[in-house]
Amino acid sequence: MELVLALGIGVLTAAGVWLLLRPRTFQVIIGLSLLGYAVNLFIFAMGRLRAGSSPVLRGDGSVDPAAYADPVPQALVLTAIVISFALTALFLVVLLTSRGITGSDHIDGREPGE
Amino acid sequence: MSGWLDHLIVIPVVLPLIAAAAMLLLKEQRYSLKALISLGCLIILVGVAYVLLHEAAVGGPAGDDTARIYNLGAWSAPFGITLVADRLSALMLALTATLAAGGLLFSYARWDRAGPRFHALYLLLVMGVNGAVLTGDLFNLFVFFEVMLAASYGLLLHGSGENRVRAGLGYVAINLTASLFFLIGVSLIYGVTGALNMADIANRVATIPEHDRALFHIGCAILGVAFLVKAAAWPLGFWLPGAYAAASAPVAAVFAILSKVGVYVILRLATLLFGIEAGASAGFGNLWLLSAGVATVVFGAAGMVASRRLEQTAGYAVMTSSGTVLAVVGTADSGAIGGALFYMAASTLAAGALFLIAEILARGEDQAVSPDEAVFDDEYDDPFAADDVQEVGRILPASTAFLGVAFVLAGLVTVSLPPLAGFAGKLSIFVALLAGEGAASPASWTLIGVLTLSSFAALVALTRFGVAGFWRREDAAPHKVRSPEFLAIGGLVLCCLWLSVGAAAGLTYAERTGEWLTSPRDYISGVLGGRS
Repeated sequence: MELVLALGIGVLTAAGVWLLLRPRTFQVIIGLSLLGYAVNLFIFAMGRLRAGSSPVLRGDGSVDPAAYADPVPQALVLTAIVISFALTALFLVVLLTSRGITGSDHIDGREPGE
Repeated sequence: MSGWLDHLIVIPVVLPLIAAAAMLLLKEQRYSLKALISLGCLIILVGVAYVLLHEAAVGGPAGDDTARIYNLGAWSAPFGITLVADRLSALMLALTATLAAGGLLFSYARWDRAGPRFHALYLLLVMGVNGAVLTGDLFNLFVFFEVMLAASYGLLLHGSGENRVRAGLGYVAINLTASLFFLIGVSLIYGVTGALNMADIANRVATIPEHDRALFHIGCAILGVAFLVKAAAWPLGFWLPGAYAAASAPVAAVFAILSKVGVYVILRLATLLFGIEAGASAGFGNLWLLSAGVATVVFGAAGMVASRRLEQTAGYAVMTSSGTVLAVVGTADSGAIGGALFYMAASTLAAGALFLIAEILARGEDQAVSPDEAVFDDEYDDPFAADDVQEVGRILPASTAFLGVAFVLAGLVTVSLPPLAGFAGKLSIFVALLAGEGAASPASWTLIGVLTLSSFAALVALTRFGVAGFWRREDAAPHKVRSPEFLAIGGLVLCCLWLSVGAAAGLTYAERTGEWLTSPRDYISGVLGGRS
């Protein structure tokens, strides 16, 4: 399971970084989204991987915290997802405005060589 | 521990949030009501900030330094979210409120009607900055940082035009990437220490098992990258001059505090996590901060000389002042940190004033200040269509003389020449560097040399703009300064003068802040022991 997760984060990051460095605004925004997914998975993994254990303690007598998943990274991931979603939407608006005003989807606002 | 003063801490966060949310319910045409609300809001914020500053200066019952703790929802420290107002936070709050009030006043002449929802975004920006300097929790810091950034994206585009959209695109992309670094850093630190409360992390640094320590350092370094991007340290700060020069003048003025928030977090974390009590981690990253700071000062000084527009020079001045503070943080000398804080307060106010003056000087020279197209079409009717009709306030006489004096004063602070506050700050940095433990080491001499040369570069650059802007033929049309603009620029410059006149008290405060920061035990026990 660790290997699959690590490979998943690695592939997402690599693809994200490559796209982020591309010259078209749409590629940049997709790259940022992919990087965002990779980071969210990474935060989740920082709570340690564990199959079949819930993050919510049951209130029946004494509880052994070791049998439960860490809920804090899951809460952090939720917050991070919401924020990155909102900011990606905002970036999309800027991207479309830039496309509308400059007539080019290049990140410099003009085609290379113009 | 439930006096009204304790609830004062939460006002800088809650008040602008409520006011901004309420403003969204008002339609765009009622801008005078909105202007009134945000003016009232900022007046209260300035008041609260100065009360907190006074409280921090007076200290606890026995005159000792204390951190004022506010546990949100009464959850005690490591579990709930804590707001902490200590000397440094109070200083940042006062600086933010003053600068924001100046920018807001300036915008009343015409900029606040150059696009929709200016006031709501402005107050949200102030709320984000206030929250970021008050919070004692690393993840909460992320949330406030994002609020601040989201508002700044909207404000950078305020007024529209091709330049702003183009600059905005790069600004948003850079900051979104930096936020991802922030998240990676925070989660690594949580993975190693199991804590998010800054005081709690600081408590655990010394006892991190050796095989995890490298991972902790990597986490802190990645977190540091996020703030160095925000503070525009070389080589992560190339975005700053372009973005700030493209922003409308009041926005650029208040943006001067944004890069200082990056500096603030680095100062806070470096002293808290890697102070003398951090065991094997003590002093981690100091050499990097020192080198990055020196490189930033060199780059900023070169940029000031090279730029051909005053707003760009002001942007580079912001970089130079961030670089100065970063380099001093790298020396970990409490006296020098105190001097740097005083210098930071003065130079940030001066940079804000320079941005405002630059816009007035640029008027009539080119059309870059007038927007050509709307970013958001809804509720948008071209505010500059009937330009002179819409501008608020009377055109004041003797405007060129006033602008010239303001420019000279703001310039003197930026250049750090005597007798103004910038000089006092830099001088006390030098004195502390020469008298401290690492007295006159090669690093201190390098720093002193670079800071002196950067002052000289700033002098050359600003003198050139002064000659070009104010030595005019008698028949040249005078600059049009409207009364809100006069109040804003005059107010900011007066604050610089006030800092210079009260330099003794200010420096004492700043130096005690430096001591307070470099011995973080009181902060930690204050936060973790403060159960209300």
